[in-house]
Formats: sequence, C-alpha cells, structure tokens
Amino acid sequence: MKVVEAMRIALRALAANKLRSILTMLGIIIGVGAVIALMSIGRGVEKYVTDQFAGLGSNLLFVAPGQISDGPPTLRANPVKSLTLGDMQAIGDRSRVPHVSRVAADFQTRTTVERNGKSVTVQANATTPSYPNVRSWKTTLGAYFSELDAEERQRVVLLGADTYEELFPNGEYPIDQIVQVNGMNFRVIGVMESKGGGPGGNLDKSVFLPLTTAQDRLFKQKNPNGEYKVSVIYASIDEADNIPLAQEEIAQLMRERRGIKYLDQDDFSIISQNDLISVFGDILGALTIFLGAIAAISLLVGGIGIMNIMLVSVTERTREIGLRKAVGAKRADVLIQFLIEAMVLAAVGGIIGVTLGWGLARGVSTLFGEFQAVVGADAVIISLVVATAVGLFFGIFPAYRASRLNPIDALRYE
Amino acid sequence: MAVKNNGDNGSAPVVSLRAIKKIYQMGDVEVQALRGVDIDIYPGEMVAIMGPSGSGKSTLMNIIGCLDVPTEGWYEIDGKDVSRLKDDQLAAIRNHKIGFVFQSFNLLPRTTALANVELPLIYGGVGGRQRRKRAEEALRLVGLGDRLDHKPNELSGGQQQRVAIARALVNEPSLILADEPTGNLDTKTSIEIMELFQRLNHERGITIVFVTHNPETAEYCHRVVRVRDGLVESDITRQATAGIFANGSQAQSVNGHAAPLVQEQGI
Ligand SMILES: Nc1ncnc2c1ncn2[C@@H]1O[C@H](COP(=O)(O)OP(=O)(O)OP(=O)(O)O)[C@@H](O)[C@H]1O
Ligand SMILES: [Mg+2]
Repeated sequence: MKVVEAMRIALRALAANKLRSILTMLGIIIGVGAVIALMSIGRGVEKYVTDQFAGLGSNLLFVAPGQISDGPPTLRANPVKSLTLGDMQAIGDRSRVPHVSRVAADFQTRTTVERNGKSVTVQANATTPSYPNVRSWKTTLGAYFSELDAEERQRVVLLGADTYEELFPNGEYPIDQIVQVNGMNFRVIGVMESKGGGPGGNLDKSVFLPLTTAQDRLFKQKNPNGEYKVSVIYASIDEADNIPLAQEEIAQLMRERRGIKYLDQDDFSIISQNDLISVFGDILGALTIFLGAIAAISLLVGGIGIMNIMLVSVTERTREIGLRKAVGAKRADVLIQFLIEAMVLAAVGGIIGVTLGWGLARGVSTLFGEFQAVVGADAVIISLVVATAVGLFFGIFPAYRASRLNPIDALRYE
Repeated sequence: MAVKNNGDNGSAPVVSLRAIKKIYQMGDVEVQALRGVDIDIYPGEMVAIMGPSGSGKSTLMNIIGCLDVPTEGWYEIDGKDVSRLKDDQLAAIRNHKIGFVFQSFNLLPRTTALANVELPLIYGGVGGRQRRKRAEEALRLVGLGDRLDHKPNELSGGQQQRVAIARALVNEPSLILADEPTGNLDTKTSIEIMELFQRLNHERGITIVFVTHNPETAEYCHRVVRVRDGLVESDITRQATAGIFANGSQAQSVNGHAAPLVQEQGI
C-alpha cells in the first residue's frame, strides 16, 4: 500500500476524533512550542547582547574587584577590598603596562537627582575625565568635564539621555541649569548620547560627574589611606592581539599592589569583551541544557500519550483491522498504516507547537521591544523531525500489535 | 463473460477440499470443529452451507476463505495448494481470489461507499484512476450508481450490504463467500439481496458460497451442503426453488444461455 494512501487514512482517522487527537498531541505541542519559543527568544537575546558588547568600546579591559564567578557584588558573602584611583594610575603607567593606551575609572552608586521638585533615582557614575574617550562615547550637548574641572572639584554634571528627558520633559535647553544630586546643587554641562541598555545597567538612566567632586563632597568613599574608591577601571589596549598579554601584565601589577601572595587567588578580575560574551554564552548554554531537558520530558510524556491513544485506537478499530486483512492487507500494510498514523499525530502536534512557539516568541519580543526573536529554520526542522521520530518510536508497539491481529478474531470482535 | 450456472459440467473446481480437519486446542480439551471434509465447488455454482449451530460452518468458511488454515488435509483454489501458506501469502490469495460478505456488513465507518469498495484494490496495488473506475462499476452493478459518496450511516441496511457485495466483487474474485449475509436484514430486503446474488451468479457467472440458517435463503441456491458435527451430512444439487431464476428461468441458463434479468418475477 502506498504511503500517500496510508497518510490519507491516518488523517481521516485523526479528523474523526479531533478533540482526542488534540489532547494526545498536547505533550508534543507543549514540548515543541516551548523549545521553539525559548530558542527563538534565546537567540534574539544573544544577538542583542552581542551587539551591546560590541558597543562597549573596542579593545577594552575591565578591572573589577572580586572574582566574576563570585556573582554580583551585592550577593557576595565577604566584602571585597575595593579598587582605587591609584590602581588606575598604576595601570595607566606605560612603564608598567606597555600595551595600555588609555585608562579611566568609574565609581557607581545609586543617587537621586532633582530639578524643580521632580526627583528621579538613577545611577551616578563618578568618573575620571578620560571616561568618554576610553568608552568611545560622545555627548549630544555640551562637553564632558575636563581635567581642570576634576582638579577643582567642580560641581558639574552630565545627564544620560533618559535622565535628561525625565528632568527636562519639555526639551528645555539644559546647559547651565541647576539640578540637585544627592541634595547638592550641580550645574549641568552636557547630555550624553543614548547608548541603550547593556551589561551593567542602562547607562541612559544615569548621571556623570567628576570622581574627585563626588568622593570629596558627595559620597565620600575613600579607603583607609585616603584614596578614592572606584568600582571599575577601564583600560584601552593598543591592539586586539595584545589583550591577553595586557591582561597578564595588569594581573601581575594588581597582585603586587594588593599584596596577594604566590598561589593565593586573585581578589579582582580582569575581563575582556570576549570573557563577557563567553560568560553569557555559558549562561545560554546552561539555559539550553535546561530547555533540552524540558523538551525531552514533554516529548517523552507526549510519546507515551501517543502510544496510549494508539493502543486504544487499535483496540477500537479491531474490526476495521480484521476487515482490512480479510480483503488482502498484509502485516506490513497494517503496520505501516498505524505507524504513519502515530507519526502524523506527532508531526501535526509538532507543527502546531512550532506555530505556537513562534507566536509566543514574537509576542515576547514585541512586549519587550528591545530585541527581535529569531526563529531559525534549523530549530523548526529539527523539532519537527524529532517530534515525528517520537511518533514513530512510540507508534511501533501499537502498530506491531495491530499487524499481528488474527483476522478471524478481529472480525468477530465486538 | 461466459455464463455457467451449474458447475458440474466438466470444468476444474474453483475450490477443492480433501480430508480437511480443524482441531482447536482448548487447554487439555481438543475441539474437533471439522473432522474430515471433502467438497468440490465448481465455477458458476451457488452453494448454501447449512447445519445446526456449532456444526462447523463458519470454521469451514474461514478455511475456504483462506482466513484460517486447516490442521490436516489439502485445499486447492484454482488448482493452487493453499493449505500450508503463511499469513501474508494467505492475504494475497484473499485479495485476488476471494470476496467476503459478512452478516454485519463490516463497512468502514465515516468512509464513502466508493472508498469502501476501493479497499481491496488498494491492497491489490491498483492505481488511483483505475481503482475509482472499477469501484464505480461495481457499485453500479449492485444498483448504487447514485450513492457513490454516501457514508454507511447515510445508507439503509440493504444498501450497506450492497456496498459490501460491490466490495466483494470489485477484485473479480474466483468466489464470493457470504456468512449469513441476510442475517441482519428484514424479509423484504433479504429477498432483494438474494436476488442480487442470483443475478450476479447468472449474469456474471460468479461462484458464490453462503452459510445460512434460513431454509428460505437456501432455496435461492441450486446446491445445498449440510454439515453436522464437523462432517458433511448431505450434499444435494437441484434446481433453485426461489428467486428470479427459479424453476423455468433456471433451466434456460443451465443450457448455457444468458438468462434475461426479469426483475418483476418474485418468489
Ligand atoms: N477459535 C476457536 N477456538 C476454539 N473452538 C472453536 C473456535 N472456533 C470455533 N470453535 C468451535 O468449533 C465448533 C464449530 O464452530 P463454528 O463457529 O464453525 O460453528 P458454526 O457452525 O458456524 O455455528 P453457528 O451456526 O452458531 O455460527 C464449535 O464447537 C466451536 O465452539
Ligand atoms: Mg457461524
């Protein structure tokens, strides 16, 4: 019997019991739908994040206190010895680290900014004047503060794009306007270009001020030696090929400065963009394994459901099987018919799952607007093939039973 | 198509059974359903198998129909020994040589008359267009040319049995086996169905074997085989006494002439 014929019979049998077919497919639908949705979203996020990292500034190394594997600073058990402005200056010393071309540092904290009674809570980035240069970032209005501003502890501030919009909702010209940062009057000298969200928070929702001003007048975060504390040190490396070498040199320097003994663990990290991307890749990898497990379980459950319903179907259709055999169906004909039925059941479930997952992924990406879900043809094809294979596998036993039925007994079956 | 009504005219038998035994093993007990049956059925015969309940009629039919194999004995269809064949080989024989009509019609539900009749052709490997054409022809032959796309639940019992008869005919089998084909039908419909069988037998020369409990049904046949306790008790060939070809009209066809179809004539 031709396969086309068997498929037609299968589709007719499934259509005859629509509700039951749908319920049977549910496991497959959920499994495939979840995989497609999460894979598409995962890929969309991955693409988005990769784009963001690319926008961080090229050939950049980040030096941060603590080990990246310890998790975010707020979750750490023991407070980690912070970095200081002195560390930055040492890293920027070309006689110590020849491949570093420029350095910047940045102390980050939450703060409130007020204007005309309107108050927003944003991230304060207290930076060195070199900051925009190192991070290849420009202003849309005004200019970043100068060395002189920093030396004189000037109370000047630049606004992130979103912060500007919130404090100046009517688009007023902000330069030389006064805002209160942490209750203290500051003069606005510029607005930064929009950069969007990224690792380390949305920089558009922040303000930028001189590290010196901030640590002497505002936050007063100094270490016991009176050095300014910083959260991150950025180091521009002259060439991409030198990044690993520079990473090694900076590590050596920092170990010396922080008095870490031979064989002791670093209490700081030096992270390149590639490290960030690969950390993110690890997270995605773990997510993928998790996903795979969900998919495997729902496909298993779906497969057992299919086997169950196919066994019921074989019993219900005993007379039909008997008749088919009486008019000349061979064992293989019956076997193929029920195998195809199980496969069609699974494949149709797979198609519904793909459609559902696709819709879900698109819904999520329009909801967040920041990234575009990517539904890959490979994901679709693989899930359909796997779903069909599940149908085939779990259809074997019921189909085998059907093919072995004795036509006389089957015809007599009530 | 050549018309031969009475089989005993020198041609080779379609069905030839010799010393057929069928023994069912029920635990320690042996049930001898058939205890040595010899029967020859010739082309163009219309045979009724009768006998009390449990005498082995259905067992015999299943063996003749290649649904089952005998425990002992020899069985040939069209000169081919089929007594020791495997499942799939039996399926092929059933497909090519035998048409079944059942008491309970056994049509596929939710499937059109046409598709039901096409079924044996599908397993016979007949292609789509040819299949449809032959199924239509068979349905017209049983008087259902205008019911091709009706599903079983849209047909009366008699019509359903006609579809089943068309299905049995469509592969142009060597013989049609009908186990109590009128058992589920009222008297009037039974008469129609038996007349249809008679017509197919006379006009097309199709060999038909019935199992029946009903003596009136047996009257449509010119040969009656009585079975008792797994043995042939009597085997009588005579003229059919009922139906459109009873008596006078029967005689015409015995001489080898095609009998005209006279539908007005009843019992
Ligand atoms: N599969 C089987 N297993 C065991 N015994 C069987 C089986 N099939 C039939 N028999 C026995 O064989 C004998 C003949 O059965 P069969 O069905 O051929 O009778 P029958 O003449 O068709 O009866 P009825 O007129 O009631 O249909 C019975 O005694 C029955 O119990
Ligand atoms: Mg019986």
